[in-house]
Amino acid sequence: MTPPTAHARGWLTAFLGIARRETLRFVNQRGRFLAALVRPLVWLFIFAAGFRAVLGLSITPPYQTYVLYEVYVTPGLVAMIQLFNGMQSSLSMVYDRETGAMRTLLVSPFPRWFLLGSKLIAGVIVSIIQVFTFLAIAYWWGIRPPVWGYVAVIPALILSGLMLGAMGLFLSSAIRQLENFAGVMNFVIFPMFFASSALYPLWRMRESSPLLYDICRFNPFTHAVELIRFALYLRVEWTSLAVVLGCLAGFFGAAVFMYDPQKGLWARRKGGPA
Amino acid sequence: MTAPALQIDNVSHSFGAVQALKDVSLTVPQGGFTALLGVNGAGKTTLFSLITRLYSNRSGTIRVGGHDLRCEPSRALARLGVVFQSRAMDADLTIRQNLIYHASLHGIPGRLARPRIDTVLAQVDLADRADARVTALSGGQSRRAEIARALIHRPDLLLLDEATVGLDVKSRAEVLALTRRLITRDGVSALWATHIMDEIDPADDLVILHRGEVLRHGPARDIAGAQGLTRAFLDLTGVAP
Repeated sequence: MTPPTAHARGWLTAFLGIARRETLRFVNQRGRFLAALVRPLVWLFIFAAGFRAVLGLSITPPYQTYVLYEVYVTPGLVAMIQLFNGMQSSLSMVYDRETGAMRTLLVSPFPRWFLLGSKLIAGVIVSIIQVFTFLAIAYWWGIRPPVWGYVAVIPALILSGLMLGAMGLFLSSAIRQLENFAGVMNFVIFPMFFASSALYPLWRMRESSPLLYDICRFNPFTHAVELIRFALYLRVEWTSLAVVLGCLAGFFGAAVFMYDPQKGLWARRKGGPA
Repeated sequence: MTAPALQIDNVSHSFGAVQALKDVSLTVPQGGFTALLGVNGAGKTTLFSLITRLYSNRSGTIRVGGHDLRCEPSRALARLGVVFQSRAMDADLTIRQNLIYHASLHGIPGRLARPRIDTVLAQVDLADRADARVTALSGGQSRRAEIARALIHRPDLLLLDEATVGLDVKSRAEVLALTRRLITRDGVSALWATHIMDEIDPADDLVILHRGEVLRHGPARDIAGAQGLTRAFLDLTGVAP
């Protein structure tokens, strides 16, 4: 019997199967799609309208003129969609582990880095569908970046989605039970989102608290936001690109380590392995 | 000479200070049915987790169809079909969607998987439930669906970990009969872990596992002797099955 890992078609089939399953689950959970859209739209339609009056924005790269707060906040909300999607993937990994579905994945003849990577990429595909639905609504609301920006932002979305998904994957390896996930919301998602450049430019943060400014600068989510923001306006933010790539490698490496039966958490876990 | 379907030599495993398996050795011959009998906590699930590589095997060797799990994990895992003690199918998907997903995890594309799915679902008598959600199945149907999932990539060796747990007597008998039928008809080998004496036939190859150690391995008829299997098990382990 030739193992499926012996030919490229086997690897492609496995990847497509994992991607198909993630998409099917997403389609079957319509509430998840709506929630993923409603969250950033509430920010765009309600919060942004309110903040526009109190948050004046000077010219901030990549913008070449004064911009409305809604325009500024849109890339941050795009990254927010990806952040929540990454965490949703992480939640589904914990759920899979609790229900036992994870074992089906892990006893496959393909190596774990490939299985986890495929799950990660599938999650990013789902997040990009959500992002473009949001951008279409934002366009109708008057937020209109350059047309080619919609193309240029795709690689940035892939990288930021991978980084945030890998972070979720790593977190999922450390969370033992679904109930513990509330802690992730409080200790990871909210601090990452609010201590970033998603909602306000960092120079404003520096004016009020230099310490908080430094925290925001080192927050990987800030760099995901800036990578998306610059790409949407046809520019590359090289520092953010480097940080996102570095964090992607770090989080994914840590997740593979933690899911490895020989090294990580699984090796130390007593009781049900999956 | 054909390699055994499963060969385990001197495997031990610990969780911290607790030793779950001590120097376990056993063989499942090609086309054979081997029952692994032990009370809860005997180490059956730990052994299965090592064979499926959910846990890392640090001492001794495990060979599936002659392939060392540590050196050739892909070749070894490709030969295994596993039915876990608890449900392992995705509750959000239908049986067919689950089977297509599982086939893809073994590199089998949809066009090849679809006819196989029809075949295995017919084998487990679930052809009319193919498009039902997993959550809509009864306990017995759910276990049969799990067996169909384990068979979809045509494994040489089936591992069934307490496959009848939680089922009523009738469903239990059906699942066991189905597994025996697969062995006789398709030449699949099986390692059947259980704590229920009634599931063991006198002609079966039997391994008694207790507190992580193999106490006896041989034909069930020989181990049972004149006193019967229940009495023999009690004498060996000091625990009523």
